Amino acid sequence: MDSILECQSLIKHYNGFPALFNLNLSLPKGKIIGLLGPNGSGKTTFIKLAAGLLTPSSGVITIDGKLPGVETKAIVSYLPERTYFSQWMKVADLIDFFADFYSDFDRNKALEMLQRLDITTDRALKQLSKGTKEKVQLVLVMSRKAKLFLLDEPIGGVDPAARDYILDTIISNYNEYSTILISTHLIYDIEKTLDEFIFIKSGEAFMQGSVDAVREEKGKTIDQLFREVFRC
Amino acid sequence: MAWSFNNDKPIYLQIAEHIQIDIINGKYVMGEKLPSIRELALDASVNPNTMQKSLSELETSEIVISQRTSGYFVTENSEIISVARKTLADNLIADFFAKITKLGYTTDEAISLILKEKQER
Repeated sequence: MDSILECQSLIKHYNGFPALFNLNLSLPKGKIIGLLGPNGSGKTTFIKLAAGLLTPSSGVITIDGKLPGVETKAIVSYLPERTYFSQWMKVADLIDFFADFYSDFDRNKALEMLQRLDITTDRALKQLSKGTKEKVQLVLVMSRKAKLFLLDEPIGGVDPAARDYILDTIISNYNEYSTILISTHLIYDIEKTLDEFIFIKSGEAFMQGSVDAVREEKGKTIDQLFREVFRC
Repeated sequence: MAWSFNNDKPIYLQIAEHIQIDIINGKYVMGEKLPSIRELALDASVNPNTMQKSLSELETSEIVISQRTSGYFVTENSEIISVARKTLADNLIADFFAKITKLGYTTDEAISLILKEKQER
């Protein structure tokens, strides 16, 4: 089996309003994949379904052949769009928290990355800027040896230099055994980091392929293709 | 510092060209071991799979040689490096003529422009 995530005819309604409509996807192992779509296209809903935070209205989603649950959460590292940590917590508390929850968490790796960022672990979250908070959270998420990383808008709220740092962190922690799914609408910044892309529109995946194949066959960047496909 | 890429060519080919230029201008000398894929990928801010593809491409043209366990090395054959250098120069020249003929210059006019520019230097 060379896919880490599969979904068939996945549908999710919120009070009758369809957020995902008939999504069929297969994510290969060992790739960095961009989940790209405009606002409201269903990116976050899909990631939450994969993370096991939502249940499908119908259809099936499996991770490493299993339905989302305790077993899949052990192999999935999820970076939500927003911080969910309490503001009083210190960085050191968060590290203990992650070490407690996830057996694949590598404490030394996290400490090393934080040190490189000059973030001391005795500081409380409320003392940190928005960008620093996002970096701390990414460090924690990327310090796990997960099989599937789900990163929801990891570069959305930060400046271009921090964006580069985040992408470099993702690249340097990537290994051939894990798959990284990154949702974003900032395609231009992320394009060179990706192996593959998925375009999602109105809750349906309607294009999936290799970034370099698009350049080779169409002479276009993913950014250009996105602008064409999603022209308002 | 991330490498810069243009929009119309696959990234792995642009990386391959970048490494070729580093070999031609002596950043990496003949027989030298190249940095690991991971280091190169981080340096270029691209993912390791893309870097792997670029090195495979360079391996096909024999300018780098893969040694199964120890990584990639620059060729020790200077002939291969000269050929790569000539190919890159030819591409630049072809590109130049393609662009200047769009401005309405004939090939001869373009060449005389180059000679004039050379005298002024």
